[in-house]
Order: sequence, then structure tokens, then C-alpha cells
Amino acid sequence: MSTDDLDALALLNDPVRRSLYEAVAAGGGDVGRGEAAEAAGVSRTLAGHHLDKLVEAGLLESGFRPQEKKGPGSGRPAKVYRRARGERTVSLPPRDYVTLASVLAGVVETLGAEERAEEMARGAGERVGGRHAGEPVERVLRERGYEPYEEGGLLRLRNCPFHVLADEQPLLVCSMNLALCQGLLRGLGGDPARARLDPRPGECCVVLSKTNED
Amino acid sequence: MHLAELNLAHLRAPIDSAELAEFVALLEPINALADAAPGFVWRMKESETDPTATVVHDYGDHLLVNFSVWESLESLWNYVYRSPHLEVLRRRREWFLRMAEPYMVMWWIPEGHIPSLAEGMARLEHLKAEGPSPAAFTYKDSYDSSEAANLPAAAEARK
Repeated sequence: MSTDDLDALALLNDPVRRSLYEAVAAGGGDVGRGEAAEAAGVSRTLAGHHLDKLVEAGLLESGFRPQEKKGPGSGRPAKVYRRARGERTVSLPPRDYVTLASVLAGVVETLGAEERAEEMARGAGERVGGRHAGEPVERVLRERGYEPYEEGGLLRLRNCPFHVLADEQPLLVCSMNLALCQGLLRGLGGDPARARLDPRPGECCVVLSKTNED
Repeated sequence: MHLAELNLAHLRAPIDSAELAEFVALLEPINALADAAPGFVWRMKESETDPTATVVHDYGDHLLVNFSVWESLESLWNYVYRSPHLEVLRRRREWFLRMAEPYMVMWWIPEGHIPSLAEGMARLEHLKAEGPSPAAFTYKDSYDSSEAANLPAAAEARK
């Protein structure tokens, strides 16, 4: 944990900044100042001020979207914001589970124990699901950081909660994540086959099909 | 600079055997996916007309060769791990044996250059003998295309 991380996260204690950050994160891509302001229910000027503070702290990144209308009178390119790629971790007292997880993932690979790891992940998911039986899967996934959203009749997951490890050991970690999600569905009393891999850049690799009841 | 990547797979059975039939059936869609992937530049093909023809070489009949060139490390990574290719990769044990030694290598090449398979094999040997370096590296210890950057790029990106 660095002081920078703590300072950056402390910025989110302000409710306006927090809702602006959430609006940009939920956008999943470039979000304009106007859109963020509207989502947070504040003026564009105030939104701009706070958004720039979030950029300064490294929680958001900014860029420019060219105006659709070209030529004179089309105005300046619009400033847009997106969530920064890096992640912030604050743990008090300091803990470092990522390093340990990375070593363990390396051990699984060395032993060729991927199938065992998937089985264990499925079991872990089932136990978590069991503790939340009857709750909608979307809420359980949201609470665990997956940031679910609907698209094209599917429940997609904007955020990979295991991003650092998935970057390092994608095959193992994405397979375990799928097993975890399938176990979770079973534990919740649903159909595990609703979860499958449909990876695309920048998101969690798992998608859920909608059930008939939804 | 473009990125060259060679990887080998050790077939469990001859490529024309029933055991490999499902894999062979996946070759056409998966190769089409690679060819259409953002950042794809080139891949070694045995035949322009038969998409299921695997690369013929002198390094042993059981070795399946994948050899391609990409615009960036990210474009290759996204194809391998962030496309339907991931699902094929998950099933690798059905068709391939576990490899005890490094079986994939990457290195930077000037744009327009098409490396030979012999060069790829030499890069893999280099990786085995010397460990990862800008001349021959892996995802886990990757290097930037700029000559000046001698630190693993992955460590920087992960920060």
C-alpha cells in the first residue's frame, strides 16, 4: 500500500466525486463531462472540476473525442473520461495477497493441476452461492466486484475481479473464474450452464445467459 | 516494429487420427478469427486453399507449429486470451501433451520482414538456453519494442 493509493481513494469520500467516478466507470468507455454531470446530478462546471481532480489522482484518465461535425464552427473536441487501467489497493494493516496468489498460480501450472484448481473454484463458488441462496445472481456478482450489465440479452461483466492474475496466467485464472461463476449459480439454486466464456478485450471473460424467468 | 510469435504443440496422436478430428474441425474458424483479429499481420500457412492443412516441417511429425506476426503484444494477447480462441486453448489437454520446457517464444522484427521457421526455432532455443531477453521472450517476461527499454514491460504495466 502506498500513501498515493490512500490519498487517491480518500478523494472518493466526497459524494459528488464518488458518483462522478461511478458514472464514468459504469459507462465502460469514454464518458463526456455532460453525461457524467447528468448522472451525478450536478452542473457541468462542478463536474468538470471534480473529474479533473480524479484524473490528477490517477483514478480516471481523460482524452478528447473529436466533434462529429467537421470544419469551422464545429467547436473544440469534447473532453471525455474513462476509468484508469491501474488498480488501487489499500489494506490496513498492509497485506499482499496478490503476490501469494501469483506464486500459488505458478505452482498449479508447474504441477499441471489446472483441473483440480477448477474443481476447487467450483466448490468455492458453490459455498458462496449457498450463503446467498435466493438472491439474484446479478446482485451477488455486483457485490463481488464483477460490475454486471446487460447487453444483447446477456449479462456481461465489465470488471474482472482477478485482473492482475488474469493478465499473468489467463488460461488458469479465466478457467477458474468460469468454474467459480458456475459454482456460484449452482449454489444460488440456478443452472450452472448459464455461465460460459465469451472473452473480449477489457472485460471479465465470463458471460451469463438470461433465464426464462428474467 | 512488429512482433513475431512461434509456439509448438505436442500432438497426442497423428493429426489425421480420430482423436484429433475435433481439433482439425476448429482450425478453419479459429484461423479465420486470427486473420480478422485487430493487429494481425501474417501467419505461416501450408496451403492457401485448404484451411485445415497444418504447417509441414522437419522438426518431428508430432509437433504442431503456429507461427505468426502481430502489430503489438497487446493485439496478440487479445486474440489468444480475449477471443473465442481462449475456449479452444482450454481444451488443449484433449489434443496436446503437456510440455515440460518452453514451447512459445516472441521477439521483435522490422515491419515487412517475414521470419523463417528456422529463425523461430533458433529463438526458442535461445530462450531455453539464456532465459527471457529482448531477443527471445514470453508473456510473463515481455520486452518493449523500443531498443532502449531493457526492463520487462510487463512489470511496468502491472504497476
